[in-house]
Amino acid sequence: MRYLPLTEADRTDMLQVIGAGLAGVKSVDDLFRDVPTHARLDGPVDLPSRMGELEVERALSRMAAKNVSAGSVPFFVGAGAYRHHVPSAVDHLIQRSEFLTSYTPYQPEVTQGTLQYLFEFQSQVAMLTGMDVANASMYDGSTGCGEAVLMAHRITKRRKAILSGTLHPQYRAVVENLSDFAGDIVEALPPALPDRTEDIISRITDDTSCVVVQTPGIFGGLHDLSAIADAAHAKGALLIAVVTEVVSLGLVTPPGEMGADIVVGEGQSIGNGLNFGGPYVGLFATRQKYVRQMPGRLCGLTKDAEGKRGFVLTLSTREQHIRREKATSNICTNSGLCSLAFTIHLSLLGEEGFTRLARINHANAVDLATRLGAVPGVEVLNEAFFNEFTLRLPRPAADIVDALADRHVLGGVPASRLMPGVAGVENLLLVASTEINTDEDRAAFAAALKEVLA
Amino acid sequence: MTAMNNQGRPTGTGMSSNRETPTFTGNRALQLEEPLIFERDNPGACGVDFDEPKAFTPRLGKLARKGSIGLPGLSEPEVIRHYVRLSSKNFSIDAGLYPLGSCTMKHNPRLNEKMARLPGFGDVHPLQPVKTVQGALELMDTLSHWLKVLTGMPAVALSPKAGAHGELCGMMAIQAALKARGEDATRKRVLVPESAHGTNPATAALIGYKVDAIPATEDGRVDLAAFKAKLGPDVAAIMLTNPNTCGLFERDIIEIADAVHEAGAFFYCDGANFNAIVGRVRPGDLGVDAMHINLHKTFSTPHGGGGPGAGPVVLSEALAPFAPLPYVTHGKDGFDLVESEAAAAADGQQPFGRMTAFHGQMGMFVRALAYMMSHGSDGLRRVAEDAVLNANYILASLKDDLSAPFEGPCMHEALFDDRFLKGTGVETLDFAKAMIDEGYHPMTMYFPLVVHGALLIEPTETESKMTLDLFIATLKDLARATKSNDKDRFLGAPHFAPRHRLDETAAARSPVLRWGVDVPRQAAD
Amino acid sequence: MSEIRYTDQHEWVRVEGDIATIGITDYAQEQLGDVVYVELPEVGTQIAAGDEAAVVESVKAASEVYAPVSGEVIEVNEDLDGSPAGVNEDAMGSGWFIKMKIEDMDELDKLMDEDSYKSFVEGLD
Repeated sequence: MRYLPLTEADRTDMLQVIGAGLAGVKSVDDLFRDVPTHARLDGPVDLPSRMGELEVERALSRMAAKNVSAGSVPFFVGAGAYRHHVPSAVDHLIQRSEFLTSYTPYQPEVTQGTLQYLFEFQSQVAMLTGMDVANASMYDGSTGCGEAVLMAHRITKRRKAILSGTLHPQYRAVVENLSDFAGDIVEALPPALPDRTEDIISRITDDTSCVVVQTPGIFGGLHDLSAIADAAHAKGALLIAVVTEVVSLGLVTPPGEMGADIVVGEGQSIGNGLNFGGPYVGLFATRQKYVRQMPGRLCGLTKDAEGKRGFVLTLSTREQHIRREKATSNICTNSGLCSLAFTIHLSLLGEEGFTRLARINHANAVDLATRLGAVPGVEVLNEAFFNEFTLRLPRPAADIVDALADRHVLGGVPASRLMPGVAGVENLLLVASTEINTDEDRAAFAAALKEVLA
Repeated sequence: MTAMNNQGRPTGTGMSSNRETPTFTGNRALQLEEPLIFERDNPGACGVDFDEPKAFTPRLGKLARKGSIGLPGLSEPEVIRHYVRLSSKNFSIDAGLYPLGSCTMKHNPRLNEKMARLPGFGDVHPLQPVKTVQGALELMDTLSHWLKVLTGMPAVALSPKAGAHGELCGMMAIQAALKARGEDATRKRVLVPESAHGTNPATAALIGYKVDAIPATEDGRVDLAAFKAKLGPDVAAIMLTNPNTCGLFERDIIEIADAVHEAGAFFYCDGANFNAIVGRVRPGDLGVDAMHINLHKTFSTPHGGGGPGAGPVVLSEALAPFAPLPYVTHGKDGFDLVESEAAAAADGQQPFGRMTAFHGQMGMFVRALAYMMSHGSDGLRRVAEDAVLNANYILASLKDDLSAPFEGPCMHEALFDDRFLKGTGVETLDFAKAMIDEGYHPMTMYFPLVVHGALLIEPTETESKMTLDLFIATLKDLARATKSNDKDRFLGAPHFAPRHRLDETAAARSPVLRWGVDVPRQAAD
Repeated sequence: MSEIRYTDQHEWVRVEGDIATIGITDYAQEQLGDVVYVELPEVGTQIAAGDEAAVVESVKAASEVYAPVSGEVIEVNEDLDGSPAGVNEDAMGSGWFIKMKIEDMDELDKLMDEDSYKSFVEGLD
């Protein structure tokens, strides 16, 4: 077996050394003698035997070929995961052994590489969101959102969260699930294109721990959070802002400037591929005063014994390995390598590249909205949006997306898939356009849609 | 004699000295100092080429960003050099033995990386029409099959994003099953051995359980009598790691499982140490109701400097109906994805909810399956055997030089305590830091908590005997040196790493967590 | 005339009238190592004897500090916020945590005096 270095001769020699000090050990089987007899398997389980690289590659490539990859067709799917161009340097760098095959930097003397990029990542996330501090990443945006609600409960010592109708329905499901088990209360507004600010504000009471609002929202709308922030703060509640398309922060007002207390985001758009939903990278930022209530790993700056600048994981007393049942969260991992990809990509972009990328995304989406809005029977519902918007179609969107796929266009996400059973969303289609789409792609989409609706 | 070349470069070795010669840059040959990316700002430079979009009318409403962000500008060569230099400050499995107990730092085959990057897996959106992702669903279904057969369990939930997330998923399934029986309000206590990973009590507490610690016996296992005494009608579950965190197999596992079930509670198994038994023992045969599998440990998806991981959870018959959304089924037109409660109800399931947006760590699923297929059922069995053999070889070779709290055989980890350091003035931490100078990553230290000054060594199956022999010889030499007068080898260690020991107290007292005004510039000494 | 009493959880309490000043003992700060953070309750909080009153953190550990007596928190040592090292430097003095208005003076009888605490600590090593 190509990954196993021990030879039969090695095994024999090693067993002799072991047997010399440990009575009764003559074979590998003897090493498993603490396992109850009936639970020991005599031979291999019923699965295929070992394969060479070539055979594995053949089998998996065959499976992969059954999927329509995003890059092979005009592609307009978003709703929380976005296809952007990732420069070649990113994947090359994250595959360096020293990054790929190292562990959590618990020995800072020999993991300064990881620690320094985490510090850079935290800095970049704080800058983008307009917040004071950020952690070293969460599993993804949705789980980060759940953790943010728990954090708000800790800070306010209240247990009731209000979720806006703009929140991604699967994020909402994650928050509801976590709250359900933790014994907390969630009041979720029905899915709404923009929910009316006053609808949210009227629900904030002295029991409210936090209000969770997504912008751009699940339907693509942009939302001014300032009034909600003020209303929440007046009642002693926090505002949690959710951003699932982080490229939007190159062009729109960051949540930190609109009074958010916690910002959670999905960072997949920068540096990371679609990967059928994971691994992604959760962004988590907050105000300085709440830093000790944050979940997840944090990297901090310090000095070594010789006075040289260096980095360490810090404030670990919040974490499960020290605090155990009193930890701020049960989280042990972050999304290390994905956060590295994020950091490298954002470094390549820089201020100029990132803001321009955002402008291109917006321009492409505006162009697409114009083209699709001109298709008979199609209505664009959004006033303000970034790179994603919602169409009202004359027929159920799920059927139309299927028909578009038959014409080799991946034309968005039917709202009904994300919010099954919700009345009035059947004909709504969420459509995204990023820098990957050409004029021809958008023209092909409009033509295909026209054909399908004809 | 022909013409002598008395020109050109001198060929001697020069003057060598052990003196620390200062350098102007602070670099030491291949050890290169590297500032923060923000200090590399080269205004006007950019690492990508995009054209500004043609003139258009923005539709941002009143929400256009006004201020700048503050990101630095760098060209591609500058960015590459920065991150390559950072990478050179990391230890990695590819560079050397990384014997972190409990973490299973094994070789990460590059084939897995290549497979995960196939456009059919890496460039597929989670919300594409199901008919365009049949191969992705097939992969998830195949992975599920392998996990179920290897664990002897009937169901698996793939979506949890990491081990601790898997624990949470398993405990939620347990609570959902208790709720279905009408016992969720009465069963509020979870038993956790004091040697457990910190995630276990943290997870139980997160969903409202009171954690009750079970003491360990002299031989490093669950105290069966104490455990039975703690069982009662208010117990929801036991969370047990097996092989346990001392690297030992819980001999009484069947009796424990039977007692748990008799008491009407569930058996959650922390599968962090599955590498020791994969292919040789099926948790399903031990009475386990739920167990997470760290794909990044047993099935070798790379640790990546601390993630991403993946933590699928296998479930028993009793818990299977409550598995979370989404999951893959075999439909009439191929594979189907069940994403809603209504669809699940039609399928006869009662999912407790959703752990995450989308469907889980697909990139890790591909890597793990590539690893499994490469080994096959025969190779996976060998994985456990060699992992256990390597650990026992270390235990047997070092138990007279270090001190071992428990008699072997061990499973895939060899545990030592700090008795061998008594009176030397050297502590576990110093000993570990001295290993860095010898070119090793230290083992896990001070865990498990039940052993004083613990040193937990997990070599994994991908280390050769030659590597282990040098490692053993090195630790013997270090153990001898602790008794000598040269304590600086330990107390000042590491001497040769990119940094000396770092001041964690200062970092925690006034945390500086981002670039900004209060970040001191790197001294160019 | 002030008097210092001790708990077996290594808190000390100095009583002046019906006001108790509370901190952790020198032994406790030594065991913890460098204190990096102290989380204090809000003034006005009612705390029962034996309940958590504060949390003291070192790099490697976080420990709850329990109220030795019942009562209302009337003052907290805000200096510790900026310089938690004060606990290491003068645990029994300027490194105090909170002041409480004692509800029931009889509760003090259950606590150790200096000699008992001293022998209690000696028994731990």
